[in-house]
Amino acid sequence: MGVNRRKFLKIAGITTVGVAATPAANALAIGPIEWLDKKLGGFTIPETLLHFFHKPAGHTPGEALTAKRWVMVVNVRQIDEEIVEACTEVCHRIHNVPHIKNPKHEIKWIWDEHYKHALPGQHHEHIDEALKKAPFLVMCNHCQNPACVRVCPTKATFKRKHDGIVLMDMHRCIGCRFCMAACPFGARSFNWVDPRRFIKEEEQNREFPTRTKGVVEKCNFCAERLAKGQIPACVETCQELCKEKGREPALVFGDLEDPDSEVRQLLQSHYTLRRKPELGTNPNVYYIV
Amino acid sequence: MYDGGKIITGVIIGLVLMTFPIWYTSGRAAKKPDIKLPVKEKQCVEPKDYMRKKHMQLLDLWRDSVVRVAQRSYVAFNGAKYDMSLQNTCISADCHAKKTEFCDECHNYTGVVPTCWDCHIEPKEEPKEKPEEKH
Repeated sequence: MGVNRRKFLKIAGITTVGVAATPAANALAIGPIEWLDKKLGGFTIPETLLHFFHKPAGHTPGEALTAKRWVMVVNVRQIDEEIVEACTEVCHRIHNVPHIKNPKHEIKWIWDEHYKHALPGQHHEHIDEALKKAPFLVMCNHCQNPACVRVCPTKATFKRKHDGIVLMDMHRCIGCRFCMAACPFGARSFNWVDPRRFIKEEEQNREFPTRTKGVVEKCNFCAERLAKGQIPACVETCQELCKEKGREPALVFGDLEDPDSEVRQLLQSHYTLRRKPELGTNPNVYYIV
Repeated sequence: MYDGGKIITGVIIGLVLMTFPIWYTSGRAAKKPDIKLPVKEKQCVEPKDYMRKKHMQLLDLWRDSVVRVAQRSYVAFNGAKYDMSLQNTCISADCHAKKTEFCDECHNYTGVVPTCWDCHIEPKEEPKEKPEEKH
């Protein structure tokens, strides 16, 4: 009996949606490029949907260092002022961390802390004098159960699934500072001012970005160096210095899941502490005191 | 019509002001973007047409790929491998060495203001013709 009202409305509706959706779909489409299929290993996501999937378009470079869970072991007895200074300097230089004198605006990725603040639960008034005065190198603990990640409303900070490094995606950070409130170690700094003003142009590392005003930043376990097959800059510098001084390496970096790794052997042969383990964040930086 | 003279004068003045941009610039089209292509490299990571239309989507994919899953190596359409990096691969001394002669040409023309260079560091250029930052 021809087209009744119901059928007519259906057809009209579908046509309207179709006409309206075409330009939108075209705008989002990635384009007819062969690499998409290559990357997805035979499985094809409709191109129009790719924008929502954010399917990674590359692969891990061959020379990259990989692990299941990166950890650092800090031997506090081997560290002196010179090592602390060198490590801090190299870290802050290669990551374009500004040197701001105003303590309210200070940015730090790795720094020197007093024993009583670094391991507050382990402190008492008659503790070993050497330890009391020893420089204590602290940084982001890259916790296995990171409080910062849990509170981040935009997922700007996240734990990398394959190796457990807690990272910041500066493109997403909205500067709400929830993560700073959540982090029990004070490992995060907020850019209250434009950091570029505090980095001399000739001292910039032109291969690494700076940050902008209004984002939070912290240690990234040198993720960009690991991708090139290099160990973190502080560990490298520290090990060189320790070698010169004829000491055991004060900083050791490695895979906790690998039973033959140097870090596992150190953890076996030494008594180690972690910062504030009672909070349940499960830190990945171990201290030999 | 009461006060006809005043009204007509007002309308004329209004029309003149409203059409000011049209007749003031008539016959002089804005300068078309004049992109200088890199000297060292002859081939981009993808074909020119694709890059022209979709470089923002490509960079977006690169960004997520590098930052979030550490997959930094990009296989281009011709099989060549590239380090996925705006700062170290695309707009670097080795390829598009001058941001002002590449990015800015079109972005200024179309009035697009991406925030890439708030954080990423552009290659050094002689300061002779650096247009003022529009942020």
